[in-house]
Amino acid sequence: MNEAVRQDIANISKNGTSNDTPPANNNNQTTIDSSDSKVANPFYDPSLKKRHARAKIFKVFTLGSLFFSIAFLTFFLFDILTKGIPAFQQTYMLVEVNYNEKSVQSTRKAIDKKYRRVVSRSWYRSVPAQIEANPELMNTKQQVWVLADDQVDQYIKGHYYKLKSKDKKLVDEKIQNGEIELRFNSHFFTHGDSKIPENSGILSAMIGSILTLIVTMLVAFPIGVMTAVYLEEFAPDNRFTQIIEININNLAAIPSILFGLLGLAIFINLFGMPRSSPLVGGLTLALMTLPIIIVSSRAALRSIPDSIRQAGYGLGLTKIQVTKDHVIPLAFPGILTGSIIGLAQAMGETAPLIIVGMIAFIPDSPSSIFEAATVMPAQIFTWAGMPERAYIERTAAGIIVLLSILISLNALAIYLRKRFEIKW
Amino acid sequence: MKPFELKNRRSEQIEQAITGLLILASVISILTTFGILFSILFEAIEFFQLRSFWYFITGSEWSPGVADSKFGAVPIFAGTFWITFIAMSVAVPIGLGSAIYMSEYANDKVRDILKPLLEILAGIPTVVYGFFAALTIAPFVVTASAYFGLDASFNSALASGVVMGVMIIPVISSLSDDVIRAVPRSQSNASLALGMTKSETIKSIILPSAAPGIISAALLGLSKALGETMIVVMAAGLRANLTWNPLEDMTTVTVRIVDALVGDQAFDSPATLSAFALGLVLFVVTLVLNIISLTMIRRFKEKYRINTL
Repeated sequence: MNEAVRQDIANISKNGTSNDTPPANNNNQTTIDSSDSKVANPFYDPSLKKRHARAKIFKVFTLGSLFFSIAFLTFFLFDILTKGIPAFQQTYMLVEVNYNEKSVQSTRKAIDKKYRRVVSRSWYRSVPAQIEANPELMNTKQQVWVLADDQVDQYIKGHYYKLKSKDKKLVDEKIQNGEIELRFNSHFFTHGDSKIPENSGILSAMIGSILTLIVTMLVAFPIGVMTAVYLEEFAPDNRFTQIIEININNLAAIPSILFGLLGLAIFINLFGMPRSSPLVGGLTLALMTLPIIIVSSRAALRSIPDSIRQAGYGLGLTKIQVTKDHVIPLAFPGILTGSIIGLAQAMGETAPLIIVGMIAFIPDSPSSIFEAATVMPAQIFTWAGMPERAYIERTAAGIIVLLSILISLNALAIYLRKRFEIKW
Repeated sequence: MKPFELKNRRSEQIEQAITGLLILASVISILTTFGILFSILFEAIEFFQLRSFWYFITGSEWSPGVADSKFGAVPIFAGTFWITFIAMSVAVPIGLGSAIYMSEYANDKVRDILKPLLEILAGIPTVVYGFFAALTIAPFVVTASAYFGLDASFNSALASGVVMGVMIIPVISSLSDDVIRAVPRSQSNASLALGMTKSETIKSIILPSAAPGIISAALLGLSKALGETMIVVMAAGLRANLTWNPLEDMTTVTVRIVDALVGDQAFDSPATLSAFALGLVLFVVTLVLNIISLTMIRRFKEKYRINTL
């Protein structure tokens, strides 16, 4: 309140009634005297400057907190990109390869002893296959570009490396001769997991993710939409409906790891479904995605104006016909948008899938939903726990791939919403 | 007339069948909740038949792997509490501050850019946050505390707490923003007309009106923090360590659940079943928090007659 006004009131009460003035009034008396001499304005508030300053500080605080979040996001993206981008290139080098009987039996003999340690262990494994594919290679010596060991790769990229000085000299020599180069790491997208860093890729995890999400959406989408339709169009407003509503909101906030416990106890132990399989993972994720789909579908259905329904009834349609032929088609873009957002969330989920065993070591891509599989976030988790330095950049690269897919999914959802949005 | 009536009856039956199907679908969500409750409860009861419930609640030693295994969960609860506390002290002021700026200061254009940006934070998978916490923030905490002459662990509670806090910011800011915008403009206009500054209006008029919604948002964030798994699995410790120092390693309920179920012990061993006992505690606590939060937001909606929140 304005000090001057308060003073006036105080004066009135003092003159009008008694002498027992509260001590606070004495304080006011002194302030008003000093300010009166300065400014004639009776509404002048001496604390005004302070109050405005405080208002400014408050605004700066709110802006600062927003700035903090955005700075964090920027730093985070920058950090992941700088860590992950090197992984999209891999070191190859030109060495002489002996293709003969001996090197088929003991593949390490294919390469001169000098270079044996700087060539990737995974490359040796492919020697018999190479000869089988090209029999004319047998008993020849060829200059071949081969995959380099991960330590060489880390050395070339300027990261921390562990190379013997002898090997390092060899590599330096190769660099000078131009016999070593960084190429696009197509390996990363065409191979599954491996214990050899330079041989590991994200393909099997990607396929695992796709299979899992197919199961998720096949279960969650119809059930979610049906629940939303029931609650929004059919359900009477009674106790049962209210319980379902509270329950759905609560389900959306239950920690995801508990869904993993449900999957483990019911799908695996009770129903005997195969552990680590996309089937179990997909069903677990479906239960988690259900509330997201229900909530967004309900919002989409609610945005359809009642006049559409009334017109349908007026023409003699039944409730089911109105819902099926008019309300749902109109609400469909909104339902789809919500489902895609739910899909993106399910795709990034890790904890429940770890509990149902989807962090197995999967070098080959799964071909059905009953086989053991891993998913992309779980693969990222596994790589993050690996001791070799070369896995750090692979982890970050996996994150970049996962984030790009998630961002594309969300962008698709936003596009669909903008494209098909109807302003009633 | 007859064929018409016949058709009518058949379509009536079909309608009933479809309605039944829809009700069945709605019941699945309830079944899920009960499924979670009972699957955890039965295994937890099995655990408490093997080990004392009292020691689980009050014991201070957690050593599942050894021959004479002990299951006292107090250090685990303490670790969870500490990390959650750190997360909330990051997320509540920053989330609320962001919400106030977006709803009160920013114009619509700025808001349309800022809100999706904050929602990106919500869309990042937690495993990614975990990687970031373990590889970037944790070493930074170690270096920074070494600078002040303090000794920090690479699995410090501080690192995982702060990153978890950032993860929860959008949960709090998004809901608070909606709630603050739902407070009737007449209230703040009246206050401004009486000569209050903008910040005074916000602090003494808008925030008290929006308080139930803001508290509801904070409780939702709290329940998310308690149940968060990947960040702490990757960045916090495994050791059940009873300490007050946020620079030391601590473990949480979720970390121990994952640890117990990822190993190769027999499923009916107490070490594995302990995960379900911890899960039961987590379920009950988050359920209570969620219900309080949902009731508060419901009251808020009824007070201002909002349907869109």
